[in-house]
Amino acid sequence: MEDVLIEKKPAIAGNSFSGELQKTANELLQSGEVELFIGYEEGTRFPRPCFIASTDEVGKLIFDDRCTGNLAVYLTRKDLIGDKKVGITASYFALRSILRLLTEHQIQLDKLVVLTVSAEKEVIRFATTDDITAYLQTAPIPVREDDKALIEKLNAMSREERWEFWSAELSKCFKCYACRAACPMCYCTKCIVEENRPQWIQPWASTLANIEWHINRAMHMTGRCADCGACGAACPLGLPIHLLSHQIVQEVTDNFALDVNQAVSGDNALSTFKPEDKENFIK
Amino acid sequence: MGRLGGALMSEFEPKIVAFVCNWCTYAGADLTGTSRIKYASNVKIVRFPCTGRIDFMLLLKAFAEGADGIIVSGCHPNDCHYTSGNFHARRRWVIFRGLLNFMGIDVNRIQFSWVSAAEGAKWADVVNGTVTTIRELGPYTEYRKAADYLVQQDKSIIDGQEALIKSVSSL
Repeated sequence: MEDVLIEKKPAIAGNSFSGELQKTANELLQSGEVELFIGYEEGTRFPRPCFIASTDEVGKLIFDDRCTGNLAVYLTRKDLIGDKKVGITASYFALRSILRLLTEHQIQLDKLVVLTVSAEKEVIRFATTDDITAYLQTAPIPVREDDKALIEKLNAMSREERWEFWSAELSKCFKCYACRAACPMCYCTKCIVEENRPQWIQPWASTLANIEWHINRAMHMTGRCADCGACGAACPLGLPIHLLSHQIVQEVTDNFALDVNQAVSGDNALSTFKPEDKENFIK
Repeated sequence: MGRLGGALMSEFEPKIVAFVCNWCTYAGADLTGTSRIKYASNVKIVRFPCTGRIDFMLLLKAFAEGADGIIVSGCHPNDCHYTSGNFHARRRWVIFRGLLNFMGIDVNRIQFSWVSAAEGAKWADVVNGTVTTIRELGPYTEYRKAADYLVQQDKSIIDGQEALIKSVSSL
């Protein structure tokens, strides 16, 4: 087994757009414009994040459709990046997260080199937030077919069936908080689940406490979620918890007329309001 | 307060928790009383400074602890004592209600309303209406099943600790 893993060579310069990305990363590191480059390298099953501090290692950088993890999560990790100038290859969704982190003053654009690889396999460097916004509006949004199918299935269910589905799914959660660790928006130094005065959510993994945790997680994402699905992808049990935050994205779009790209770059959806906001359930 | 799990439907008296703001609905409910309007006694009122202060977790806690229905009520739009608390609350409830519905939590058990300090009669209507709706829906055992799991776990933990103490003290 080990031999197989070792034999698996990273995809390097032969792949043309990885080649261009590697060239760009090499230049950035050589000129000292960035001290750390966050990108993807080939993993055993999927591409995985890699952190490159010297030009010797740029050869392992890759970027393709399989690179769906949200690397923006590392940008708020002070223990990892300190005061370093950082370069990052951002997927479509990571770009949204970067916009949100900028809006929330968690990162500074002058200490950051944001790159992406377009569908035309072109390395794009973003100079301003407007550039990112413009790219997000024109670039195709990656579609997750299996999510679409599950959402359709859920929407066709009765309320009782949906409750049956979610309480059964969430009863399996054992609160490893991988969903929280994978999310660029979960950068709070003290999370509600660590709060014990009062103890809002019981710390052990029981159905009720799990449901409460996931409702909280989703609610705290309102207007901030990039809809990247990293929370669901990180779940070791494969629970479709990213559909909860996806639903929130949907609610914000439907009710406040803010599409997700507008929501992530604007003021927080829940700390702003319009007197003419519409609802149909307050009597 | 004991839970009503085993009660027959015909005997079912819904437990309603009302989260209301101090300035409008609480005063409105007071007016209902001083106007001597009779209304259902199923409701327990919890007073908040503003609807903007009502955390969604409080609603979840109410359901987990045995509420069959919930009323959330405050000042009409543009009447907030703090200018905009109810506008913020409205946005929060729009999102929260949508999420609960997606997860299959019964949003028909949560009645949102605007009741001003002058609307004593409306408060009586809101409470009576909610009690009627919840009476038809029955006890919310579905959600409490998730909560009861916790109670069982608590019990097994306590039993385990007692057994441990016993075994240690017998050494």
